[in-house]
Amino acid sequence: MKFYSGLDEALGDDVATTHVTLEMRKITKEFPGVKALDDVSIAVRRGDIHAICGENGAGKSTLMKVLSGVYPHGTFEGQIVLDGHHVEFRDLKASEHAGIVIIHQELALIPELSVTENIFLGNEVARSGFIDWDEAHIRTLALLARVGLNVNPNTQVKALGVGQQQMVEIAKALSKDVRLLILDEPTSALNEEDSANLLELLRGLKGRGLTSIMISHKLNEIAEIADAVTIIRDGVTVETLNVEDGPLDEDRIIRGMVGRSLESRFPAHTPVIGQTFFEVRGWTVEDPQVPGRLVCKGSDFFVRRGEIVGFAGVMGAGRTELARSVFGRSYGIYRSGTILIDGVPVSLPTVQAAISHRIAYVPEDRKTHGMNLLDTIRKTIVSAGLDKITHLAMIDEDAEFAAAEAYRSSLRIKTPDVNEGVAKLSGGNQQKVVLGKWMFTEPELLILDEPTRGIDVGAKYEIYGLIQRLAEAGKGVIVISSELPEVLGLCDRIYAVCEGRIAGVVDRDEADQEKLMRLMTTTTASAA
Amino acid sequence: MMKSLKSLFGGDVRQFSMLGALLALVLFFQIMTNGKVLTPTNVVNLINGNSYVLILAIGMVMVIVIGHIDLSVGSVAAATGIIVALAIRDWGIPWWAGILLGLLVGAAIGAWQGWWVAYVGIPGFITTLAGYMLFRGVNQFIGKSNSVPVPEEFQTIGAGYLWEWGPNTGLNNSTLVLGILASVYVVWREVKLRKKAVRIGIQPVSTGTAAMRAGLLIVVIAYVTYLFGSGRVGTSFPVPGVLLVALVILYHVLTQRTVIGRHIYAVGGNRVAASLSGVSTKRTYFFVMMNMSILAAVAGMVFIGRSTASGPFDGINWELDAIAAVFIGGAAVSGGIGTVTGSIIGGLVMATLNNGLQLMGVGSDRTQIIKGLVLLAAVAFDVYNKQQGRPSIIGHLFRSRPVFPDSVDEGADTLPKVDPRTEAVAAVDPRSTTAAVHEQHPQTDAKDRR
Repeated sequence: MKFYSGLDEALGDDVATTHVTLEMRKITKEFPGVKALDDVSIAVRRGDIHAICGENGAGKSTLMKVLSGVYPHGTFEGQIVLDGHHVEFRDLKASEHAGIVIIHQELALIPELSVTENIFLGNEVARSGFIDWDEAHIRTLALLARVGLNVNPNTQVKALGVGQQQMVEIAKALSKDVRLLILDEPTSALNEEDSANLLELLRGLKGRGLTSIMISHKLNEIAEIADAVTIIRDGVTVETLNVEDGPLDEDRIIRGMVGRSLESRFPAHTPVIGQTFFEVRGWTVEDPQVPGRLVCKGSDFFVRRGEIVGFAGVMGAGRTELARSVFGRSYGIYRSGTILIDGVPVSLPTVQAAISHRIAYVPEDRKTHGMNLLDTIRKTIVSAGLDKITHLAMIDEDAEFAAAEAYRSSLRIKTPDVNEGVAKLSGGNQQKVVLGKWMFTEPELLILDEPTRGIDVGAKYEIYGLIQRLAEAGKGVIVISSELPEVLGLCDRIYAVCEGRIAGVVDRDEADQEKLMRLMTTTTASAA
Repeated sequence: MMKSLKSLFGGDVRQFSMLGALLALVLFFQIMTNGKVLTPTNVVNLINGNSYVLILAIGMVMVIVIGHIDLSVGSVAAATGIIVALAIRDWGIPWWAGILLGLLVGAAIGAWQGWWVAYVGIPGFITTLAGYMLFRGVNQFIGKSNSVPVPEEFQTIGAGYLWEWGPNTGLNNSTLVLGILASVYVVWREVKLRKKAVRIGIQPVSTGTAAMRAGLLIVVIAYVTYLFGSGRVGTSFPVPGVLLVALVILYHVLTQRTVIGRHIYAVGGNRVAASLSGVSTKRTYFFVMMNMSILAAVAGMVFIGRSTASGPFDGINWELDAIAAVFIGGAAVSGGIGTVTGSIIGGLVMATLNNGLQLMGVGSDRTQIIKGLVLLAAVAFDVYNKQQGRPSIIGHLFRSRPVFPDSVDEGADTLPKVDPRTEAVAAVDPRSTTAAVHEQHPQTDAKDRR
């Protein structure tokens, strides 16, 4: 018999029927003057994969905080019923004790430690203070077998791919005797293949009776895997859809999330494509860490004015490496290749040179590569184009303010003041700030690396619109994305990248998911 | 209360509260010593005796902002001092050429250290630990561990006074002119701020507030002018003080208003993002390390001017005093945060402590203990505030999301109105409340997870 902190036996009998593992009833969480959650109820059936959808700020996180005891019992109204018992968690530890385990979006593994050490971190298999490594290894092997991960338990976690690390996280959760697994955006950092594996694993675990809650922005995955979906909007439960009542299709979910139908997830756009102005030939780059390994193998591509060009590929295919090495050789060791702008070969040995040739690169990870989180919005927006507002060696603060204000309104960055820190903004607004920062350099070519990663449907729509506006203004835009529907919906022409090679190029009209997938995963060169 | 202070002094309440602490400290000692702190002789001593550490703090804060540290400044100051003293004595070069030589020596040493840090990639801590030993050795080798005196003209930069001229006003007239210039600047700044507010279309502060702010500052300036100007005849606001004020203004502008200043904060805040924005991190590192050594040379020369000779034990532990000043002044060990003015205030807190305790007759043993505790307390206070402003580990698991949600209603052409719900959440989110009061801190999500 497990001990539940705050177990309320007296109320135990009036509670839900046996096939419901978790029930959260009429949860209302108020912050001074405002309701973040208003009478939210959710019932998760045993053995289900239950998805929770909602835009950022809808209240998903608050709800999970309530569930896991981050907001302790008493700071909210309503009841939580776990396996027929009322529970009152004092803190996160108490909820974990009761078998509720959360895997956060960003992995919480320690790269320098081995798989075994990570799995039992904080929960070591010890006898009188000494760790029993043999036992720990045996248990690790069993756990790895359960998640279908075939690696040596002594491997350092840093040697594993992101997808494998995610599996280790799940193994770690399983080691804790989990009853209810909560996954927050489990596939946001994974490529298509790893995502598919992960979903497969979840399905397998479900087959063995594990109940899980999944928070995700990837509606196609939810549609594929979930047994039920609860949609939250503005702190209120909109509806719960069960798979028995009909298939969970994406459009249906989106309609619930945004309260309006996004007929198309992409704004209307008629491409006006001009001449080729940017061309790369025979681009070859060596890995900076592994001598002799080429990350770009003689890649050729071009961009025309007004064109949105996609770079599709699985993670590790070399798309970011290609983009960054073109952008002022900011990655890798240049070996050979030519860049032509308007037909003239140019040399771009530094980022500064790339910027002055009107190229912009918006990195995939905005927080670690895109901006200084200590800065204000205002300073961030001008940070790549300080020369434009510098007179007599002094930064013109009026011009800076004016520029920041201009982007705030044109990009609809939601903030009361451009002097606010960028760290306080939501993902979508941060991305707009980074886009603004690069638009301020007045680029002719924008390379956008995963421009919509981790931001919600509404903000994505806005970013797509922005990209299209840039193209309509005659700029060339390269979009690197791991989400095929995004590439297909947005781009006029798509290059498939595979193992450092450009494996093929398809026009919008001929492109479909299967075709691209085939190109992206064909290991021989010149497959097109 | 805090709010009205904020409207009075604008911007940075954190720095303002530091200034408040400094004033309280001065007042405390003034009372405890029956008025021995705020006398012309004592304040002149206070400035002269600490100017070199404060000059070092200016450079040190920049080093710390880029995420390094410089342990060699005391040794660099000593090495420069002996070279300058010997050059003047043995080669017979004039004093001003000695100063130029000293700056060149500082630049050369700085280039050496900057090269290792920026282009070889040795952390500043190691490079300057080596420099700490190396340049101490250079000082003792060149000077054969002897003291070498410097001429009287040279002593001016370390202990000199401004000239006495014109009618007898009862005050030193040079000091008086400086005071008047400072007051004029205060008024001019008010006018400029007001014009700017009108130009960019924000509500300027009320005339009353502006007048009160300017008036208060002018009263302070008048008092300081009186304090320094009313000493015995021949004394004034000291030359090292003038040098210090000039350097503070110069470096304040450099760090806050120029491209290189922006680059320093950018590299310190997020090196990768800075280099992907076209900032040369190497050049920034090189500049900051080199600049530090030049300022160390300046400090070394001020010191030998004051002590009338260069000796083998000059500059011992200066680096530690300078580093303490910077951290008391609110800089972050992880880089990206810190200001020149804050560090100067931090340095003055330490200096006042030293001076006040000495005047109270507290021995150097107990003074050391108190200084150590004050440093710890000041930084602990800072860390506490940062933790209030930062999600706990649990908070990380459920990173509280947008203060402003992402999505925008498509139809809205104007900036959508702030959703009152999220705004109120912002009010209780500790991150946003403290962020309004304190400087932004680096430990936001991405970085912390390393």
